[in-house]
Order: sequence, then C-alpha cells, then structure tokens
Amino acid sequence: MRYLWYLLPWQFSPTVLIVCGLTMALYLRGLVTLKRNGAPLGFWRPFVFFLGLALSYAVLQTYFDFLAQHLFWVHCLQQLVLHHLGPVLIVLSGPVLVLREGVPRALRVGAPRLLRQMRLDWLRKPLRLIWRTLQHPLIAPALFVGLIYLWLIPPIHFTAMIDTRRYLLMNWSSLADGLLFWWLILASREEQGSAAVGYKTRLLILPFISMTQIVIGAYISLVPWQLYPIYALCGRALAISPMLDQQIGGLLTWIPGAMMSLVGVLVVLRHMVREEEARLRFPPERAAAAPESSSGTPEASQPSAEVA
Amino acid sequence: MSTPSRSRTLAWTAFTLGVLLLAGCARQLQPDVTDVSGLVAPLEFTLTNQSGRAVTAADYRGDVVMLYFGYTHCPDACPATLATLADALHMLGPLAARVRVLFVTVDPRRDTLAVLKRYVSDFGPQFVGLRGTTAQLTAMIKRYRVSYRDEKPGKNGNYEVIHSSVVFIFGGRGRARLLAETGFASAAIATDVRRLLERA
Repeated sequence: MRYLWYLLPWQFSPTVLIVCGLTMALYLRGLVTLKRNGAPLGFWRPFVFFLGLALSYAVLQTYFDFLAQHLFWVHCLQQLVLHHLGPVLIVLSGPVLVLREGVPRALRVGAPRLLRQMRLDWLRKPLRLIWRTLQHPLIAPALFVGLIYLWLIPPIHFTAMIDTRRYLLMNWSSLADGLLFWWLILASREEQGSAAVGYKTRLLILPFISMTQIVIGAYISLVPWQLYPIYALCGRALAISPMLDQQIGGLLTWIPGAMMSLVGVLVVLRHMVREEEARLRFPPERAAAAPESSSGTPEASQPSAEVA
Repeated sequence: MSTPSRSRTLAWTAFTLGVLLLAGCARQLQPDVTDVSGLVAPLEFTLTNQSGRAVTAADYRGDVVMLYFGYTHCPDACPATLATLADALHMLGPLAARVRVLFVTVDPRRDTLAVLKRYVSDFGPQFVGLRGTTAQLTAMIKRYRVSYRDEKPGKNGNYEVIHSSVVFIFGGRGRARLLAETGFASAAIATDVRRLLERA
C-alpha cells in the first residue's frame, strides 16, 4: 500500500488527468476501430505510444513531481522526459492515424459543419498560419532551445519554483513544445502532409540543437558556484550536496539531451532510405504513365504486385 | 597632452557614477530579501496554536505575518532565524505590535503544544507556535512548495529534520510580499517590514 501512495499525484491537476485520459481513450478507440477494419497495428507501435504517454504523466502526477520540485537533478530529468523522451516516443509511434480513427465519426463530420454554421470558417486560415509558423524550420528549433534556456535562467527558474502557476506553465510549455518540435523532426513527410519539412533541413537542425544543449549543460555542470539556491532554501528532498545536485542536473541536460539529436538523425535517415526505396520501386515517370496505358501492361503491374 | 587626461577624467566620472548607481540600488533592495508579490500563494492554513486553539489565516488578517517552518530540537538554523526576527521586531519598536511570526513545526511528534509554547515564548509575544496533523502540514508544505524530512536517528534516538530555511512575509491582507533568504540581516527585515506596514 505504501508503494501505491507514491503513484498518487503530489499536486493533483485535473488538466493533466483530462488531457492524458482523453488522449488514451481516443487512442484505444482508434486501435479497436483499426482492428475491426482488418488493419491491426500490432504490439510495438501502441506500446511505444503508451510508454511515452505514461512517462509524461508519471513525471507530472506522481511523487516524482515532489522530487522534481526539491532536487535540481530530478527537475532536469523531469524536463528531459517532458521535452524529449515522452514526445519522441509518442511521435515515433505515428499516433495521428490511430487518434484520427479514434475520433467519433459524428464529431469528425459534425465539427467542420458546426464551424461553417457558426461562420467561424475563417478561423482555418489563421490556425494554419500559426501551425506553419510553429513548424517553420528556423522558428521551431529557436523555440525548442529558447525554452530550455529560458526556464534555466537563474532568476526565472527561481520564480518558476516558488510560483505554482509558473511551474505548471513551465511543464506544459515543455511538453507542448516537445511534441511540436519532435513532430517536425521525426514524423515522415507523408504524415506531415502539406506543411512537410525536408529531411535535409532536419539534418541541419539537429546538430544545432545538440550543440546548444551541450553548451548550457556543460555550463551548469562545470561552474564552481551555485546557480539555483532555491533548492537549498526550500529544503532538498535527499541528502545530497548542492554542488553535486547541480552537476548531475547539468550532465542530464548535457548528455542525454544532446544524444536525443542522434536518435533524431537515425530516424530521419531511415525516412530518407524508405522514401528512396519507394521511389526506386515506383519510378515517378512510370507511375505517371500507368493510368494512360491500359492496365494490361506487364511492366506497370509487376512492381505493385511485388509490394502486395 | 590634453586628450589622455580628459579621457582619464571621463573614466573616473563614469566609475564614480557607476558606484553611486550601485550603491543606490543596494539601498533600495535589501540584501537577501526578494519581492515575491503575486508569486507565492496567499496565506492560508488550518493549524492549532500553542494554546490548543484551532486557527486559520483569517485570525491574522490585519497583521504582517512572517511564516517560518522549523522545529524546537533544531540545533542551529531555527534559533538563529527566530533570534534574527526577534531582533528585527525590536528595531521596529511600537510598529512590531502589528507583526506576527508564525513558527510552524515540521516535527509534530516531538513538538507537543506545551513544548512549542515554552519555545516560542522565549522569543517574544509576537511569536506563535503552530502545529498541525500530517494532512494539515502536508497541505501547507505543498502550498508553499517547501519540504522537510527526518534524518536517521543517532545513538541517543535524537534525530534532525531537514527543512526549508526561508521566511515568507505576508502583508495585512494575507498576500505574499517578501521572501527572506538564509543569512538575512535583522536590519534588512526591519527596513522592508516597516515599508510594508507604512503602506498598509
């Protein structure tokens, strides 16, 4: 029973519960629908999705949150999960297809109709503009790195740790920006649709965010004075010296944070190889020529038969 | 030969101005005292005072409240902090009548009401000892985002409690105004609290 207590939220947040619960319900419904339609998703993709969601929930709504408030290195670990690991796992699982299936048909058809009836159709344009801005290959990495730096500026960090509202804002901004950024990096161009970002651009972004995280992580772990006295002032949750706490926190920002870029590079390379393979199998000129010639041409039908 | 001397004069002027500016800043902002208006949660709690009466934040409306978490077996930090606060109250003179220091124990096992009463009375009439159930104390440390934990007991069964070292200072309406960090001087507190009292 004592261990179960550690799973309870330190500071209960209805928002986290509703967002995570709703996401899980949509995903589960999508899984069931896909299976019923004869296209089951297998084990790994849902597993990776739930792992990402569960980790994000756990660092926000268990005893871990208490530790993150009173130990700097646990705080860094929390941000690593919210800004990197959780979103990376969620985006890697390719959740959009499943979540879309999970939305009840009535809502999927009804929502656009309702927008039209309420004459709110014009909202689409600014929303698309906001999305394009957030996914801009210059703005997205600046936002990603900027947020990491912002919350680690000592006076700002101080206020985030004494003000519950700022603390929540910090955590939500990490998770939201993590999802946005890793979506830009890790989702295939096919998934991204009309706002797709080229793979080579992504390969340029990744070393940049890696370097900037190395700089701040190294700074935090190597400076010989205390940057974040708030943890000493409010009482540390473990018997650990302030400098060691700061050094471990810096290392967590430095190494795993920067390593995540390597994961990003590997995923992008895999996308590139896959697209290249698909292009070799379906040369564009043939694909374009196929509908013109009658379906009986052996060359045109052969590759598709291979794939099937 | 006039150019180097003129530039030297300019440099000295700039230096003097800079020092004056810094000194001006230092006078306005007391060292180790931070303005936390709108950041720290307003005063709110339900606890029991050293006389055994259940009290809430409403009982201290109209007074400037200094809130400190500690315990009576504390070897150094708590007596030092409370003594500094007592010193600051002394400096405030008659204004001190409008100030309350709430000492919330993080060791309710050893700090019975009788122990608390004896302890706080040593520091002055404005000092109030408060004790809560585990649930009441937990609610409070969550609200003020502080922590405490018992260390392992020594050979004689005595144990230390690691706890926060800050003093939260609230205005007459219960709104958080200042946060005094470890090592603050009594004069700094007196100056800033006087300003608070004059504004109210």
